Amino acid sequence: MASATGVGASVRRKEDLRFITGKGQYTDDINLKDQAFAYFLRSPHPHAKIKSINTAKAAKMAGVVGIYTSVDVAKDKIGGLICGWGITSKDGSAMKAGPHPILAEGKVRYVGDHVAVVVADTKEQAKAAAAAIQVSYETLAHVVDAAKAMTSKVQVHDVAPDNRVFNWGLGNEAETDAAFKRAAHVTKLDIINNRLIPNAMEPRAAIGAYDAGTESYTLYTTSQNPHVARLVISAFHGLAPEHKLRVIAPDVGGGFGSKIFIYAEEVVCVWASKHAGRPVKWTGDRSEAFLADAHGRDHVTKAELATDANGKIIGLRVHTIAAMGAYLSTFSAAVPTYLYGTLLSGQYNIPAVYVTVDAVYTNTAPVDAYRGAGRPEATYVVERLVETAARELREDPAEFRRKNFVTQFPHQTPVIMCYDVGDYGAALDKALAMSDYKNFASRKAESAKNGKLRGVGLSAYIEACGIAPSAAVGSLGAGVGLWESAEVRVNPIGTVEILTGSHSHGQGHETTFAQLVSDRLGVDINSVSIVHGDTDKVQMGMGTYGSRSGAVGMHAISKALDKVVAKAKKVAAAVMEASADDVVFQDGSFTVKGTDKKMAFGEVALQSYLGHKFNSSEIEIGLKESAFHDPANFVFPAGVHICEVEVDPDTGHTTIAAYTCVDDFGNLINPMIVEGQVHGGIAQGIGQALLEGCIYDEESGQLLTGSFMDYAMPRAGYMPNLADFKLGFTCTPCPTNPMGIKGCGEAGAIGSPPAVINAITNAIGVREISMPATPLTVWNAMQASGMKKAAE
Amino acid sequence: MHSISLALNGKPVHGQVEGRTLLVEFIRESRGLTGTHVGCDTSQCGACVVSVNGKAVKSCTVFAVACDGAEITTIEGLAKGVDLHPMQVAFKEHHGLQCGFCTPGMIMASIDIVKRHGKSVDEETIRRELSGNICRCTGYHNIVKAVQAGAANM
Repeated sequence: MASATGVGASVRRKEDLRFITGKGQYTDDINLKDQAFAYFLRSPHPHAKIKSINTAKAAKMAGVVGIYTSVDVAKDKIGGLICGWGITSKDGSAMKAGPHPILAEGKVRYVGDHVAVVVADTKEQAKAAAAAIQVSYETLAHVVDAAKAMTSKVQVHDVAPDNRVFNWGLGNEAETDAAFKRAAHVTKLDIINNRLIPNAMEPRAAIGAYDAGTESYTLYTTSQNPHVARLVISAFHGLAPEHKLRVIAPDVGGGFGSKIFIYAEEVVCVWASKHAGRPVKWTGDRSEAFLADAHGRDHVTKAELATDANGKIIGLRVHTIAAMGAYLSTFSAAVPTYLYGTLLSGQYNIPAVYVTVDAVYTNTAPVDAYRGAGRPEATYVVERLVETAARELREDPAEFRRKNFVTQFPHQTPVIMCYDVGDYGAALDKALAMSDYKNFASRKAESAKNGKLRGVGLSAYIEACGIAPSAAVGSLGAGVGLWESAEVRVNPIGTVEILTGSHSHGQGHETTFAQLVSDRLGVDINSVSIVHGDTDKVQMGMGTYGSRSGAVGMHAISKALDKVVAKAKKVAAAVMEASADDVVFQDGSFTVKGTDKKMAFGEVALQSYLGHKFNSSEIEIGLKESAFHDPANFVFPAGVHICEVEVDPDTGHTTIAAYTCVDDFGNLINPMIVEGQVHGGIAQGIGQALLEGCIYDEESGQLLTGSFMDYAMPRAGYMPNLADFKLGFTCTPCPTNPMGIKGCGEAGAIGSPPAVINAITNAIGVREISMPATPLTVWNAMQASGMKKAAE
Repeated sequence: MHSISLALNGKPVHGQVEGRTLLVEFIRESRGLTGTHVGCDTSQCGACVVSVNGKAVKSCTVFAVACDGAEITTIEGLAKGVDLHPMQVAFKEHHGLQCGFCTPGMIMASIDIVKRHGKSVDEETIRRELSGNICRCTGYHNIVKAVQAGAANM
């Protein structure tokens, strides 16, 4: 049923009212009676032995409730942080996971590593006492550059003598080598995918509270997946069994991956609350977020693309060094492997692909999933190579892509993924038309009149999301299944509560999920509420990341709705004295075929709970159903980005002059929300391409980009103007889920960086430029190539 | 400790504050108005913007004691009962928010932009004037649309 509030409509968001009136409830907005405050003493050194920690003076300071170190952690036998995905090296050995204690034990491994925690009556008192703790360090040599980690004499973890966590490979090496031997042309690029700091606007926060009466804990936390947090804190840290630990993730101010992971601070707050005998609250400040949130990307890659005499791609060979930072974060090992290597075939029919990845420890913050997680890195490699190859072969980059597109589906790539459906040519055609690609030359001439260098760049991305089939990821090393759960509770008056294991931290689930329910049950969208983010309410769930809440989470709801309708039909049949087979449910009403008998959904709901008119030994009382959904395959959003830039030859400053993006996300639930996701993703991609770059000083190991004054975030002025920013959609419905939907959360960040860089290299006539393409970088590239002179 | 008296969302408020207490701390912690957010520690992000004597101010850059006698409006004080301010309506209508964390500061800053530049404030001005407010979700596209629409209805 198409309606103003159903699936496919740009329904305005139900959750907005509380946010626009200041009534949102984020973790730091919650205050528990008698709470104390935690402050973490962090390592000032990138690598050092801890010789001693003297807390005597600090412990006597005003307001101090307790000071805890690894000694206390060991006494209570609190387990370390884990990596939930195991990768096997090419030689069959398991990845080398070093210990990751919740408070540093014997050694610190990056600037910001958590050494001790002070709990005090006020934040200020905790901070003052932390400054009085005397730690004696013996500093050690450090390595912060991923490219140098394997040859460095520094050893971050004893378990990995060459700092190598694993050496992983995927694809067919022999066939790929053979393809390169017979290639007519080979395009080679050295590619750095710059390290990024996620910077969700809400800093991480936690409140741990122990109830001595019930011997149970509650954790309020800024989490994208509270149930996974509960599982890990119970099973690995051993703080409390799951039924004695409630995790609540209330309103969460953005995540982008960084709030998937189980961090030390949250675990410490739970643990310390029992020692302190009071709730313990920690709110990270932005400086801590820069230092200690998991970072993203940081790949150093050598890549080459082989083409035959007809310009058909016949092989792709990639070697990547991926920084993992000082410790393996929760899902870190999966990112440069199964979320990266598996997407290296792009949208192209490439018969031979081979990738090897060396994951390395460095003395930096851990690196883990950040919006796109592996897929932006893969897309950047493929789309930089393809664009460069087209230019070298003097072919139009659009047509070079088209002739290499996959056109038959399903398509099995050489790197695990089987693409289910798509029409890559359709998206390309639409993007070319929307961007007026054919008249680029006239716009370039116009820019030149204004003294600007205009360039155009394309990117044809594919990604795999809707993460993920449990058995498949299990066979690849995942420690969890990646299904989703839902429960549909119909109240006696016909209103509906949906309990979901997905978690919304900006995605708008309270609206989109309600649209589905409104459609299926014919109830008003305002009669539906979405409950998420509380392990005492929702039994189990896997959370929101990997663009999975539509493709996986909504299908769990959909299945539970099917069960509700089936049950309600039985009740309706009994009440209307008909056979259930003759009852039809449509537009919110149950009717009996061939009669004028009719019951509204709300009436059936009430009868379900009254139990007056059916035999309750045959039909159970109530109307409440639950379901788990495990996807049959990944889903494969794909699309084309076309970016036009203007470069000022005097300053090297780049402006996004026009941006066009056409996506195939299958069927859309709420186009307004989908477009918002794409806008935001592209902003992050433009940020990566032009502005953002995390820098550790090689000599001191210090984080140089530790605040918004040093780390350039995209601001309103960096984005293309309203009239020059165009989004479009094509649609090939996903065949492996009933709603035909794919994921849209990460695509913008995946497709955009290569489009921007391809446009800049086109504008200034250079082959390579590194991200972020800051004015200095671009200006230097122009000087090196003599381009500025030509422009004059 | 210092005694301060000010008008917060139209209501007289008295409080005792330390010299170092920031206005945002006073608003959030002493008064329990948690709509004003803290997103950074370098006065860059703008999540804490409130109106002080009719001007948009980052409340993390002002000591509470310096606001003695001031009239302060926070996001909670914008709506008149159930009637939302036109800028609040515009942010919802144009999907100018996702996670909502930067939103109170964005709305407060946007109202100030319109006050200074008028109802027909152009896109370039809006983008420039919002440079002190960071959003990580929306890419600003719908925020700019919302500010234009809100301006027209103010």
